[in-house]
Amino acid sequence: MPRYIAMRLLQGIFTVWFIATATFGVMHSIPGDPLESDKAISQEIRENLEAKYGLDKRKITQYGIFLLNMVRGDFGWSFEHENRRVNDIIAEQFPVSATLGVLAIVFAGLGGILWGALTALYRNKWPDVVIIILVILGISVPSFVFATVGQLGIVTLNKTLGIDIPVAGWGTVWHMLIPALVLGLGTMAFLTRLMRTSMLEIVNADYIRTARSKGVPIAQIFARHQLRNAILPVLTVLGPSIAGITTGGFVVENVFGIPGLGKYFVTAVQQSDYGVIMGTTVFYGAFLVLMVIIVDLLYAVVDPRVRLNK
Amino acid sequence: MTELSFKPVATSHEVEQASRPSLSYWQDAGRRLFANVRAMISLFVIVFLLLMAYLGPFIWRVDHTEQHLDKTSQAPWVNRNAILISEDSPWQEVVVAEPTGTHRAPSNIEVVGEARTTSVGLKWDAVPNATAYRIYRHILQPVAGLPLGLPIGETENGTHVSFQDKMDIQQKTYWYSVVALDDEGNEFEEFTSIEVRPRLYITVGEALRLGHITDASNVEPGDTVRLDWHPLGTDYLGRDMLARLIKGAQVSLSIGIVAPLFFIIIGILIGSVSGFFGGVVDSILMRFTDIVIALPFLLFMILFMVWFGVEAGGSGIPAMVVALVLLSWPGVARLVRGEVLQIREHGYVEASRLLGGTNRWLIGRHMIPNTMGVVLVSFTFAVPATIFTEAFLSFIGMGVVPPTPSWGAMCNDGIRTMEKTPHELLFPALFISITVLAFNLLGDGLRDALDARMRARE
Amino acid sequence: MTETLHNPKPRLTATPGWQLTKYALYALVLCVVLLLLLGFITEKFNVGATSTSAVNFEDNTITLSLTSEPPQMDSTRATDMVSGMLLGHIMEGLIRYGPENEILPGVAESWEMGDLSGTFHLRQDAYWSNGTPVTAHDFVFSWQTALNPATASQYAFVLYPIKNGKAINVGEASVDSLGAKAIDDYTLSIELEQPTPYFIKLLAFFTYLPINKEFYESREGNYGTNAEDMIYNGPFLMSRWVHDKDVRLERNERYWNNSQTNLDAIEFGYITPDPNTALNLFATGKIVLAGLNAENIERALTERWRIETHSDGSVFYLGFNHRAERPTSNLNLRKAIQQVCDPEELVFKVLKTPGNLPGESIFPVWLRGVEGYFRDEFPAPDHKRDVASAHDYMNRALDELGLDEPPSLVFLTGDSAFSSKHAEYYQSMLKEKLGIEIKIDKQIFKQRLAKMTSGEYDIVAAGWGPDYDDVLTFGDLFTSWNANNRGLYKNEELDHQVEIAQQSSDPRTRMEAMDRVQHILYEDAAIIFEYERGSVYVFDDRVKGVTRRSVGTDPDYTQAYINPEVDN
Repeated sequence: MPRYIAMRLLQGIFTVWFIATATFGVMHSIPGDPLESDKAISQEIRENLEAKYGLDKRKITQYGIFLLNMVRGDFGWSFEHENRRVNDIIAEQFPVSATLGVLAIVFAGLGGILWGALTALYRNKWPDVVIIILVILGISVPSFVFATVGQLGIVTLNKTLGIDIPVAGWGTVWHMLIPALVLGLGTMAFLTRLMRTSMLEIVNADYIRTARSKGVPIAQIFARHQLRNAILPVLTVLGPSIAGITTGGFVVENVFGIPGLGKYFVTAVQQSDYGVIMGTTVFYGAFLVLMVIIVDLLYAVVDPRVRLNK
Repeated sequence: MTELSFKPVATSHEVEQASRPSLSYWQDAGRRLFANVRAMISLFVIVFLLLMAYLGPFIWRVDHTEQHLDKTSQAPWVNRNAILISEDSPWQEVVVAEPTGTHRAPSNIEVVGEARTTSVGLKWDAVPNATAYRIYRHILQPVAGLPLGLPIGETENGTHVSFQDKMDIQQKTYWYSVVALDDEGNEFEEFTSIEVRPRLYITVGEALRLGHITDASNVEPGDTVRLDWHPLGTDYLGRDMLARLIKGAQVSLSIGIVAPLFFIIIGILIGSVSGFFGGVVDSILMRFTDIVIALPFLLFMILFMVWFGVEAGGSGIPAMVVALVLLSWPGVARLVRGEVLQIREHGYVEASRLLGGTNRWLIGRHMIPNTMGVVLVSFTFAVPATIFTEAFLSFIGMGVVPPTPSWGAMCNDGIRTMEKTPHELLFPALFISITVLAFNLLGDGLRDALDARMRARE
Repeated sequence: MTETLHNPKPRLTATPGWQLTKYALYALVLCVVLLLLLGFITEKFNVGATSTSAVNFEDNTITLSLTSEPPQMDSTRATDMVSGMLLGHIMEGLIRYGPENEILPGVAESWEMGDLSGTFHLRQDAYWSNGTPVTAHDFVFSWQTALNPATASQYAFVLYPIKNGKAINVGEASVDSLGAKAIDDYTLSIELEQPTPYFIKLLAFFTYLPINKEFYESREGNYGTNAEDMIYNGPFLMSRWVHDKDVRLERNERYWNNSQTNLDAIEFGYITPDPNTALNLFATGKIVLAGLNAENIERALTERWRIETHSDGSVFYLGFNHRAERPTSNLNLRKAIQQVCDPEELVFKVLKTPGNLPGESIFPVWLRGVEGYFRDEFPAPDHKRDVASAHDYMNRALDELGLDEPPSLVFLTGDSAFSSKHAEYYQSMLKEKLGIEIKIDKQIFKQRLAKMTSGEYDIVAAGWGPDYDDVLTFGDLFTSWNANNRGLYKNEELDHQVEIAQQSSDPRTRMEAMDRVQHILYEDAAIIFEYERGSVYVFDDRVKGVTRRSVGTDPDYTQAYINPEVDN
């Protein structure tokens, strides 16, 4: 086991290095110039800026410096937010994205498992039909449509019920609720489908039949065998989704005005902000790798059939 | 009991059929698929969408780039009877001498000429001591004490007592209010309103150009002509929504189908080679696959899009497809590798090998055909995912380049006008939803039909 | 086991449905607990939750939203409008603009300004928010810092009128040689490079704001990144800045004119670029002002909100690439395109919002001329769409270029939703009217600028906003030495006229020179003036005294107050 973990971590580090290198390569071959600005700047100022960001050195030297700093956990300065360090940006915005993401994942996970179980239990009866229709909506409408329509929904709700759910911003439970639901919706719909198939598969499994013929109460079969075993495949897909969701939905953060990290992924590229591009990519890559490893380990704990040294 | 009581039973040569006719794997799967109503409906929907995308332009022969700035953002049901007029007469500003009196609201407000969707002219009687007039336009009847609506313009000074509004006039009721301004630029409290219902007008020349009338001699001003019908309305620039949706279908479906096709081919190649040879080849390929999977998808999607860039005048589709292919193949590769690893252990493969089957033969004859099921299923799920990616890229302004329409881009335009003209969002969103849904259900059906074992996995 | 057999009808509590309901309840409880926990943590770490209403009578506070996070608040490096707006509230320069754009004393109590030099007498009751007095040294330090090549400030050029400003910025002179000197703590003498009639107006610009040297150096390069990394001398001070979330300004008790400040605090409680989000915030009574666009005006009307318009002072135009290898270097081709363009059609049918004015000149209507408005004194060239004359020009152009049919042209534009529609409009219009094939080249911001600089385009959609309140802020844009003239337009007469305007201090001479410039730009550069941008927005009536400006702090809430009459 420790050897396996060490192995996985080593691979992870290699992966992160590769991501960093790929990003560096792509970024520096993008046409355009990060130092261009609305008001043209003089050659002298350009040279100073290049010196400040180390762009005056040879590409390979820049790469070496970047790797060295990365190992030390320092991603340098943002080009756009001139006096801010990329580390500060990640440290300040990521907790917000993570909070929202954890909530969204829990909503999606629990919701997906419960709805999925419900649909399987009442197969082809009305709960099944209703939920499946909702799931279909969940997977077939683009998220930006959902977010915008959802926000308008809050406005209407506030008006008709005379309540005060915030439509945007951050700070209290009420600011989190709707964005987290919107953020988790797609995953929830996906997990519901997965859970349903998984449950239906197990109904016909031998051990269920055995248990039933032994006269174990159906509620107990359902709870002890069916539900528990059906959850396993659901867990495997959660790993990558966790990383994806917790690092922020650009759409949700944009629409609901949430100070998360998600929007930096997009705006950094659009503004050719080298520092932030590198920082966020590597951070995201490392986080994703870590999540996948953790989920794999958890999976081994939950499912004794899985051995880790394959 | 005599011997007559017994009669020998006629010897029957018919053996009771104990089994169904022998069916190949694909025939069997096909049968199961055909029996699946949902999957079949989905299949028809997909075929219909493809027909619409590629045959549609031959049936609905409207240019998707043609703009009609006089009928922008029109709902499908809007009145399209236009009244013929001979020629546009130029707008004449009304200027009067400094008035006397004590009244404070502009009186006798009236519409100059006809109220048209191209322009509405107003004039009124001057107010003493007014330095200018501000004109408001509202879609509700103005109420004293509440805002008068959209400040549409101001006159030059107090003696100019007319105004021509040309800004985005639709065929509905407007209330224009005129209020005088004092010498500090503050509004007087009193205002005068007029209800105006602009109508659609068309000049004879324009009607001839657009082919609504063939001969200018047998019509006269005042006649009505019926303008072109837009079954799904028009968009922000007055382009036909149906034509754009058809063109958008071509774009969205092409991206949605071509990109998965390519990355699935790459995935099959890498996956089968990796699974078949195993050992070092497998390790290297799989490590590489793991790394590509770990690349932040959207981030790299955007990076790649920018990296490849788009030629001036290009649509941006090739860049998007290449980026999608580069980032999406590992999933398929892993899946195929897993299948190949299983198949490799089967007896018939061993037999084939013993009979002298070369590697190429083994991969080509056994491995790839037997993984087709998994591949087909992942293809049907990849299509909607790709269409969504395209929509997201459009949302952040990195999708296809105008004037090429795509469903995602149209959705993104529509979302802004959601409350004013819902049809601009509704139709593209509906098409995306239907397509995504159809492919998903077809995928479900295929998976059920092809391999019962697969149902447990995703 | 036997019991179960004897009991064929299971109790409700033993059905899977019941079991599931139980789990669902657990899940719900778990969710609620988690929600409360996360909410608690967030509230704990989030200093000051987002305020509750647009207008808060008790706290005398108004709430607004920002369209983007200010990159930083270091006035020597600021470039964007959001930073400029905030700096206008929390800092004060030598002078400030009044509600009618008149010049009011700021930190400078009085001044004598000659053609080439001036002396400013600073008030002795101006203090930084940490209690140290604002002195002439603070101005000198700030200007030197901005001009120091090591700072690499993009707006350093605004300081070039000061003697040696440019030389310092390009590294040819030491920062000490700057023509701005503190004679004593409260006297600042400024020498100019050449007569600059508008210099006094420049002093309100954000690059001219003071910075306290001691404090700046104590921050070790972090000056302006957080609320506590700055000190303030304006009517407000920044008491909180949670990045990407909110900015809170509070009354600066140490401000010399504090008695004139009405509001106790201005809360920029939301940072969102999405116009629909801002409007939804307005709809739920969270913010005082929200921008409208063509698409959501109708909603504002249905709700009977107060709608106002404002001209933001910038001019948008289509510029040509004048490089010899491009077809657009041909005057007749440019004229042909210019003749079929109709700014009115663009404004009324494509922009569809009031407040925008159809473009007629590089000089917007609000610029001052000799006595009144420049455009009243020197009317813009007459322009009317004329397809017939456009075809004449086109035929001549084809002859000169040796072409049989109109060339296809690259139209460089940005990545916003509006720029796409705008480009599509021109594409369709030029195709229909002139048969010109337009290739749209949609690029993200930095790439578009890079392509403009390298000249990979024929037509570019561009705009220019004023930096200071003088005709020259627009007038020198197309001079051969201006780096922002990315289309490389070169016209000796234009250069000459701009030099006249730069060197003369006689208003009439200057304005006449600028009148020549606007005609040259129309006739020879054949620039297509599209529109003078205006914005339309909904506004909460309860707040009064807000000033909107075309140049300078906009919107300006420093004098804003809450109208007591309409207290709910």
